[in-house]
Amino acid sequence: MGIQNLLWQVTKKAFTGGIIGVTISDRCCSVVPVRGDSMSPTFNPQRNSYLDDYVLVEKFCLQDYKFARGDVVVFRDRYIKRIVGLPGEWISSSRDVIRVPEGHCWVEGDNKASSLDSRTFGPIPLGLIRGRVTGVVWPPQRVSKIS
Amino acid sequence: CRLAPWFCASAFACFFRQRFATREMRWLRYLNQWRGTAKEAFDQVSIVAKFLCLLHVTDRYIISSTHVQGPSMLPTLNLTGDVILAEHVSHRFGKIGLGDVVLVRSPTDPMKMVTKRVLGLEGHRLSFFADPLVGDDSVNVVVSNLYIQSLHLLVPKGHVWIQGDNVHASTDSRNFGPVPYDLIEGKALLRVSLATTMLWVIEVTITFELFQLLLE
Repeated sequence: MGIQNLLWQVTKKAFTGGIIGVTISDRCCSVVPVRGDSMSPTFNPQRNSYLDDYVLVEKFCLQDYKFARGDVVVFRDRYIKRIVGLPGEWISSSRDVIRVPEGHCWVEGDNKASSLDSRTFGPIPLGLIRGRVTGVVWPPQRVSKIS
Repeated sequence: CRLAPWFCASAFACFFRQRFATREMRWLRYLNQWRGTAKEAFDQVSIVAKFLCLLHVTDRYIISSTHVQGPSMLPTLNLTGDVILAEHVSHRFGKIGLGDVVLVRSPTDPMKMVTKRVLGLEGHRLSFFADPLVGDDSVNVVVSNLYIQSLHLLVPKGHVWIQGDNVHASTDSRNFGPVPYDLIEGKALLRVSLATTMLWVIEVTITFELFQLLLE
């Protein structure tokens, strides 16, 4: 009986903690690992998966979707790129000049050589953005705020 | 008499210490009361906070009610507004199928949510008639000029084609093209009709009043 009660208490606490954690990560901020080197040298300057950067992503920007050129954003919970074009602006890609439609944005990785971004798949809807990166939190020697 | 100053000093010290001691004890009493109240307040606030977190999780990950309005889904949904129950589970597992009414974040304005029907999944070919008044409109779609480049339209990978039931008054994929699957936020389950809810409430109230009258 004692162990059953203990298990129930532990489950309840874990459930509550999980719910609070999910709410905070949806509305406030979360930590996301940077995979790949499409954002070198800003993130992951070395190609070693043990030293992947972990970045802090803030979610307050999702209240009104107001971004600025140069913001590093996370979309589809996995891809991290920098916004280079806002809605209504003209972007010159390799072959022609493209206008970014309303409600979309043009993203590019800092490492132009190895980055799948809007030059490949075109402007992305702002609704896909899941947060804005504010700084690196791991590894400790690379902790920094990014502008 | 050499001890006298020391005596006076210690007497003064005792006197002052006693006065400070009473003041300290009073403050300690206040502090304890405040601590009790503060703990109670903290408990209440934490209960409210936990409830709000649960509400957020249910609203975003399980089921939620939304008020939708507009002419684009006539006759399925009302012009003046309907409350629909939408679930947020199927789209995470890829279980959105043809013909589902879905809640989608608008690709032209990320602050707006639109309700449309899915008429094409990735890899589907959609054929269309140029003129909406000619031909049957069961599965064919009418495409705006931007996309009339071939007789068939292929929905790209990771995208869906959404369209309102009222083809004459709906901005949907015919205007802004196929939308990415990840913009889908929920699938509509059922409509809670405002009229029937109100009628039900009126009926229950009248029955209750009659019941009370009968009892008297």
